[in-house]
Amino acid sequence: MAITNNRLTVDQYAENFSDIHPPFETKDAALTEANRCLFCYDAPCMKSCPTGIDVPKFIKQITTDNLKGSAHTIFVSNILGAGCSRVCPVEKLCEGACVYNLMEEPPIEIARLQRYATEKAMAANWQLFERKPSNGKKVAIVGAGPAGLSCAHVLARAGVEVTIFEKESKGGGLMTYGIAAYKVTPAFCENEVNYILSIGGINVQYNQTLGKDFSLESLQQSYDAVYLGIGVGLARQLNIPGEQLTGVEDAITFIYNIRNNGFASVPVGDRVAVIGMGMTAIDAATQAKRLGAKKVTMVYRRTENEKPCTQEELDIALLDGCEVIWLAAPKEIIGEQNRVSKLVCSKMILGEPDASGRRAPVDTGETFTLEVDMVIKAAGQTPYYSLVNDAQLQHQDGKIKVDHGAITNIRGVFAGGDCVNGGKEVVDAVQAGKDGAAAILDYLNVS
Amino acid sequence: MADISSTFLGIQSPNPFWLASAPPTDKKINVLRAFEAGWGGVVWKTLGSQVKNVSSRYSAVNFGAKKMMGFNNIELISDRPLALNLKEISECVRLFPDRAMIVSLMADNNRKSWHELIKQVEDTGAHGFELNFGCPHGMTERGMGAAVGQDPDIARMVVEWVMEAATLPVITKLTPNVHSVVPTGKACVEAGSNGLSLINTIQSVTGIDLDTFVPNPYVDGKSVFGGYCGPAVKPIALKMLTTIAQNPVTSKVPISGIGGVSTWKDAVEFMLLGASNVQVCTAAMNHGFRIVEDMCEGLNNWMDEKGFKKLEDFIGKSVDKITHWEDLDINYHHVANINQDKCIHCGLCYIACEDTSHQSINLTYGKPYNTYTIKEEECVGCNLCQLVCPVNDCITMVEKRVAPEYLNWKEFQKRGLPLNDH
Repeated sequence: MAITNNRLTVDQYAENFSDIHPPFETKDAALTEANRCLFCYDAPCMKSCPTGIDVPKFIKQITTDNLKGSAHTIFVSNILGAGCSRVCPVEKLCEGACVYNLMEEPPIEIARLQRYATEKAMAANWQLFERKPSNGKKVAIVGAGPAGLSCAHVLARAGVEVTIFEKESKGGGLMTYGIAAYKVTPAFCENEVNYILSIGGINVQYNQTLGKDFSLESLQQSYDAVYLGIGVGLARQLNIPGEQLTGVEDAITFIYNIRNNGFASVPVGDRVAVIGMGMTAIDAATQAKRLGAKKVTMVYRRTENEKPCTQEELDIALLDGCEVIWLAAPKEIIGEQNRVSKLVCSKMILGEPDASGRRAPVDTGETFTLEVDMVIKAAGQTPYYSLVNDAQLQHQDGKIKVDHGAITNIRGVFAGGDCVNGGKEVVDAVQAGKDGAAAILDYLNVS
Repeated sequence: MADISSTFLGIQSPNPFWLASAPPTDKKINVLRAFEAGWGGVVWKTLGSQVKNVSSRYSAVNFGAKKMMGFNNIELISDRPLALNLKEISECVRLFPDRAMIVSLMADNNRKSWHELIKQVEDTGAHGFELNFGCPHGMTERGMGAAVGQDPDIARMVVEWVMEAATLPVITKLTPNVHSVVPTGKACVEAGSNGLSLINTIQSVTGIDLDTFVPNPYVDGKSVFGGYCGPAVKPIALKMLTTIAQNPVTSKVPISGIGGVSTWKDAVEFMLLGASNVQVCTAAMNHGFRIVEDMCEGLNNWMDEKGFKKLEDFIGKSVDKITHWEDLDINYHHVANINQDKCIHCGLCYIACEDTSHQSINLTYGKPYNTYTIKEEECVGCNLCQLVCPVNDCITMVEKRVAPEYLNWKEFQKRGLPLNDH
């Protein structure tokens, strides 16, 4: 059958891509969980949230029937609090720090409670923030992803007129285009963006690409400040023979197509190899399986101990039936009639720790071969090097350098999110957006 | 195996757990179910004048995830025909001869009514009476219930009427809606009441609907004060029980303890403070009669562990442990200690002490876990940190006496020792 789309029925797609972390069905269920919360002081969960959401407070507010207050507590720290409640790797953030873990008890289901409060707010379209009167300042933001939206919302609250330039036709960035569909649906992402924009004062120009449709200079001329939240976009190449064969795809494109074009339209192989073990690799592997691939094999050059994804993420892949080969690095992709037919891998062993502090994989010289008809590359993303370099922005390997969390070397130009940190969680980008907004307001002398 | 059988005023029951006079003891079907479940006895819901009840009747106070921490009702005495009640009482006594059958009474406020009612009930084969001098709603407006119990002279008079006619043991149930239960308790004992029971329910408003502004329980847009009971009232009941158990007059008669008893542990506490047995209502209304199983088993296991063979071995053991403040030992001092191995770093002890007590806990910042330690020199030994700590035995209070000898407030003053020195 090889690579083909439309493998499943509508019902099968719906089932395979249904919500992986279902919400609380009832108020009682949410209250039962909320009432378990100890209401810690200087809470470890709060300190482990990159946006510093006052978790004990918002949970307490659920128990007192103050859902509006609860949603406000979340959104005031994290305007993408609804999306983050679905996509955050909470096991290594808030829930991982919950003191119940120290009692060998399950941690409070913080994400689920956060989803409960924020979902209610979005469904009822509660307007929890009021804009200050316009102060006449104008700021341009490049990228309507988490960093850009977060920055825009803070600025809009402060009375700044914001224009966002977004290269895609929808907002949300990787939230909309780069995350497994069983975590957030396109419809949810659209609702979330609309809810954020409903504060007013934020004008989004879609299908506008930096360096193509407009330049940084033009923004500098027309606006009082510019914020770059352009993310990282380019899939890292494997630089091995056969990478150009039909059937080799990068995970970002693969997931983008799932998110953007609909499940049935996305082709997937019978036997798929996924290169990498980050969150994106997991999202690609699980979704390949859920699109109907018969066999999905994840290939990772180190061992389970060094994996970048969380155990919870790996478990999703394993429960989906994905296989994992540890200590295997892609060496060559072999094709027949220009189509992928085999993946040759080097067997690795662990050597000395590398710059990341993890033990580096070392080639043993031995190889093995997987029979595959599709290879999905999820070996990380690289920054927009030339875009950044051409704009005279100081950078390190394409990652924009900033001071005080947001200030670039160009006066009036600020940056944050993946384009600065090289690619972290949505919640990190939200915080970067807040930091950027704070720096911009300071720069513009707006209180 | 300890013997948990109970004798109260000569009335035998296989365990000291009676169901209090209340809706669960209103009719035969309930009482038979209770006896089948294992209850030692019942106090049949109050018989007296004919009444009419309203709807609704109950409301509750929830606390966090726990429902019915407190409970109140505006139900009156039995609203069934007297003859039917009497017939069913006889049947229950006949079917379960080993269980205690006490009948609660509240006659109209005259000698003749009391005498007639007592005569009729004595014919049922019941084992004793409980005089309802405590019902705080509905009957009080008619000069009955708490209206009797709140006035020692009226209570004395009614008990005297009762004792003229009763051949069975008489227990008088006291209302807590007074400054002290002792004056009425004394009057009743002096008038001949064979025993006392307490407490009845406490007048209350459990809450208000924030949409309609009508307090609970709701009766067509209005409410009234209801009788409060359940776990929330236990501490008040224990205090009132203690005053009865410590008074030279009232302590001469057996006491049946009532007020928020939900578990065997609650029952033991009442008995340690002088109750010979306990009566239960709210806990059964919350969970059904099956709760008596654990009450019996828990009591039995505890008695075995402590080496008590029968209930009398521990009844009243704590009565003299409650003393006057001026007799407390001022030289006793203890300070908190946090077991760092058990600490889960929730910070609840710190914020409670820092905001509302004596700033006696150090915070060493950590990400994500702070470390909390006690400043012993600042700690007054108030227990607050231990009380808020969610981990068992994480915070303990360590004895650090000021001086070895006992020193009370009277002596302290006499010696002119320094005040306000903290």
